[in-house]
Amino acid sequence: MAVGKSVERLDAVAKATGRARYTEDFTLSGMKHAVYVRSTIAHGIVTGINTEKAGALPGVRAIFTYEDVPDIRFSTAGHPYSDDPSHRDPYDRHLLTKHVRFEGDEIAIVVADSELIARKAAKLVEVTYDELAVLNTPENILAENAPQIHPEGNLTGEHEFSVGGDMSEAVKASAHLTESSYKTAMVQHCHLENQIAYGYMDDNDNIVVVSSTQIPHIARRIISEALSFPIGRIKVIKPYIGGGFGAKQDVVVEPMAAWLTLKMDGAPVQVNLTREESLSCSRTRHPFIGHAKGGADKDGTLRFLDLDAVSLTGAYASHGHAIAQAGGAKACTMYPRAVIRYHARTLYSNMPTAGAMRGYGTPQVVFFVENIIEELARKSGTDPLEFRLKNVGITGDINPLNNKPILTHGLKECLEKGRELIKWDEKQKLYKNKKSGNIRSGLGVACFSYASGTYPVLVEGASVRMVLNQDGSVHIQAGATEIGQGSDTVFAQMTSETTGISFEKVKVISTQDTDFSPFDTGAYASRQTYVGGQAVYKAAVELKEKILKYAELITGQTIDRIIIAGDKVVLKEKPEVTVITMRDLAVDAYYHKDRGGQITAEVSYKTRTNAPSFGCTFVDIDVDVKLCKVYIKEIYNIHDAGKIINPLLAEGQVHGGMSMSIGAALSEELLIDDKTGRVYNNNLLDYKLPTIMDMPDLKCAFVETDEPTASYGNKSLGEPPVISPAPALRNAVWDATGAKPDEIPMSPKYLFKVFKKSGII
Amino acid sequence: MFDIKQYEKAESVKDAVRLLSENPNAKLISGGTDVLIRLREGHSEYSELVDIHDLEEIKGVSYTDTGDIEICAATTFTEVVDSEIINDVLPVLALASGTVGGPQVRNVATIGGNLCNGAVSADSLASLCVLDALLITESAEGEREIPIIDFYLGPGQVVLGQTEILKSIRICLDNYAGYGTHYYKYAMRNAMDIATIGCAAAVKMDDGKIETLKISFTVAAPKPIRAKTAEEFAVGLEPTEENIKKIAKQVMNDVTPRDSWRASKDFRLHIIETLAERVIKHAAEDAGGES
Repeated sequence: MAVGKSVERLDAVAKATGRARYTEDFTLSGMKHAVYVRSTIAHGIVTGINTEKAGALPGVRAIFTYEDVPDIRFSTAGHPYSDDPSHRDPYDRHLLTKHVRFEGDEIAIVVADSELIARKAAKLVEVTYDELAVLNTPENILAENAPQIHPEGNLTGEHEFSVGGDMSEAVKASAHLTESSYKTAMVQHCHLENQIAYGYMDDNDNIVVVSSTQIPHIARRIISEALSFPIGRIKVIKPYIGGGFGAKQDVVVEPMAAWLTLKMDGAPVQVNLTREESLSCSRTRHPFIGHAKGGADKDGTLRFLDLDAVSLTGAYASHGHAIAQAGGAKACTMYPRAVIRYHARTLYSNMPTAGAMRGYGTPQVVFFVENIIEELARKSGTDPLEFRLKNVGITGDINPLNNKPILTHGLKECLEKGRELIKWDEKQKLYKNKKSGNIRSGLGVACFSYASGTYPVLVEGASVRMVLNQDGSVHIQAGATEIGQGSDTVFAQMTSETTGISFEKVKVISTQDTDFSPFDTGAYASRQTYVGGQAVYKAAVELKEKILKYAELITGQTIDRIIIAGDKVVLKEKPEVTVITMRDLAVDAYYHKDRGGQITAEVSYKTRTNAPSFGCTFVDIDVDVKLCKVYIKEIYNIHDAGKIINPLLAEGQVHGGMSMSIGAALSEELLIDDKTGRVYNNNLLDYKLPTIMDMPDLKCAFVETDEPTASYGNKSLGEPPVISPAPALRNAVWDATGAKPDEIPMSPKYLFKVFKKSGII
Repeated sequence: MFDIKQYEKAESVKDAVRLLSENPNAKLISGGTDVLIRLREGHSEYSELVDIHDLEEIKGVSYTDTGDIEICAATTFTEVVDSEIINDVLPVLALASGTVGGPQVRNVATIGGNLCNGAVSADSLASLCVLDALLITESAEGEREIPIIDFYLGPGQVVLGQTEILKSIRICLDNYAGYGTHYYKYAMRNAMDIATIGCAAAVKMDDGKIETLKISFTVAAPKPIRAKTAEEFAVGLEPTEENIKKIAKQVMNDVTPRDSWRASKDFRLHIIETLAERVIKHAAEDAGGES
């Protein structure tokens, strides 16, 4: 039995020893390198482009401009194709553009014998512009005479919902009312491996693209759309990937790599972004500007939450309004008994393009919710933890968005567990007299809710193929992608659990090749263990039955009396008796002249449930008021992610998410000059991604509910850890200092303003 | 990939001077943690290199006959941090050197390179300023000694001539013996970061009073500075909390920080004053003064 155990991840040794091969490790003879010519202004129309000097550089093979690319608009968002046209992403970009919409937009591309030559040549391309007004605030973007960033206008999307009852009555019934405005910054994924892909043709008909992607099957579809090239003649290969966090749920470079190999007569062409390009010219997290209102009864019962959010998607929609939509929807099961209204608009702006990033809009919306909840708790004179305990959802509450009962809701238990772990009550007392002077201490808590996949907004299908090898081992091909989260390992654990075959004998083919790998839309939405797990379970059941049936055929032992135990088929009631070894069974199946055949199981399954997932963060901090710095003394994330498949991997997921959220809370922001749209800090020196020296000891715990809709009782855990640390930290800074921060990051620069305003410095 | 047009490996300092004399476009490379970054960014003025990396004659830390400390320019920060001499008598330099980049950077970056690249945020700089370091150079014209405070012309600019090589950094006995010291690097991260403000102080006490205060700031002006007004003001004062606050206020007369997207002028001034208080207090305590 392997589920629930901290087995070592399948790729641990390969990755730790450097043997795992990533996209850039694969070379092809004659590889060409392509480098974009990027705009030096944030908004305007190209009036002239001179490639003469660049073209004269030895080693330059071709230069293509916006005049050369197909007149096809496409979307880079890595969503499954939607059969509902209103759910499709805006098709708003060409491969190269004449209308530049952010600093770094792609005007032309140079193909050369080496990346160095291509980069030098790209700098020699001379571009002239007619400049347009730079739009990057809701006011100037929506101004009547504002230039249109796209022909369809500057509003990417807008929606509103109201659930749980009548808002005006809830307001009337509230004894305590509060409201505030909040802001979250533009942050970036900072995956170790930058975006990279190369394309080549082995023949005259088929394009191959090797890419560092989370979504090989979707990438194939989007390449097909962008080039108007038949999908059956494109194959996408995904090797090991050095992180994605949503940035690679977007096809940033793949269509270009495919188009360039077509233009270059099938020669291999690699597009490999620099860190600077990855930071500001790929995808970011949508900055949100929000206004929140809340109301509670005299006794501290939450009556309503009323949220208004503006999301800036940047130059191109990418995932666009889907982010604000999902963020609002996923946050609804935290306080499901309150009246909740949510209105969101997504705007184009002359900034780097925002796309999917771990948490997908929820970190922003939950920041608003958990801030206003804190304000309401304090206003009603209730301890912020007690206020939450009183108001969070419980198992059996109705999800107000789909009117279905929430089958497992462990949030309250998470809060209670966190209270013990951080010693909330004890420290609350202790810190009462640590609220003045220079070093002040405080506690913060914040909750979150999330989902396990995208259903019913999008299709949730997964496919798995299992093959019994001659030695009794099993190969698994899954369309779901390993992107560092450990999905290969948990699929092997699930297979072992369900079939009885030993974990060591299960190999998951980590590379996806769309010619061979069964269809799955990829790694995003924290869907792999929940959605992929269902297909794995069904395939494992099928494989086990086929093996046992075959054992019955060979041995005459009836199927209901035998089971698989490791590398043998044994008697169920007397497992010490071997009926046949897996190896003998497999060899018989492969090579017996009159019976058998390769034993395989293949399942393609669509999940039609979506289990909400919950948790919270508790944090204990010191603030050095004069230095405007926050020191985390202790921090816990507590998760209800259902049954934990692999505790060690789960902890790793939680640690990674916590560190991302701590960075977003305290230091990370991509800074843009208001007037020019210039990006100030697209490098890792000036973009303050925390280092290991900035990280406290990250701690976590789990409340293991047993989710009945999942094959193994599990719920999402990939994205959830990134949601609640930031609001918990904000609440702790407020608790410690009495000064209320309403923006993240709470960098020293920002805290200086907050502390100054409140008079504590 | 780097666009290196010419590369010569020098066999000695003399050889390096010769190579620099032969090619007016040539630039020195030692640890490479600045030069290679510039090259990667496409700065072609670094494409012709004379390599002095690992030249034994300019590595190491030693005492001179007169008790001065000689820190050779190609000594890496890891070697500085690990040096017994530095830890014994120049702990402030060990402290400052430990704030450079991260372990990988410190393993190759040299203390000489840190000064010669002219960055006003250099981590070793403020400490060397309060130690009144002398920089010893060699060029086609011969050797010379330059007081560190005169070494800088402005951001990214130092007084070195085209053929001039920094050989060593000398700290005279008088400038370290009997002083209490401290350094604080204020940055947004605890590693891999440039200083928002750097502050070092050296204090000599006499009968419970400050006899000498040396206090230096980096990133507080276009060049590294010594806060002379504050230094003069401090003489004869007891290092009480109140007095230290007053001295820190005097520092404001000597600094001219920038207003930039990295940090506002207001914020930098606030940090400068805060650091001045803390660093003077620590240095005075280190010198045996109560505060």
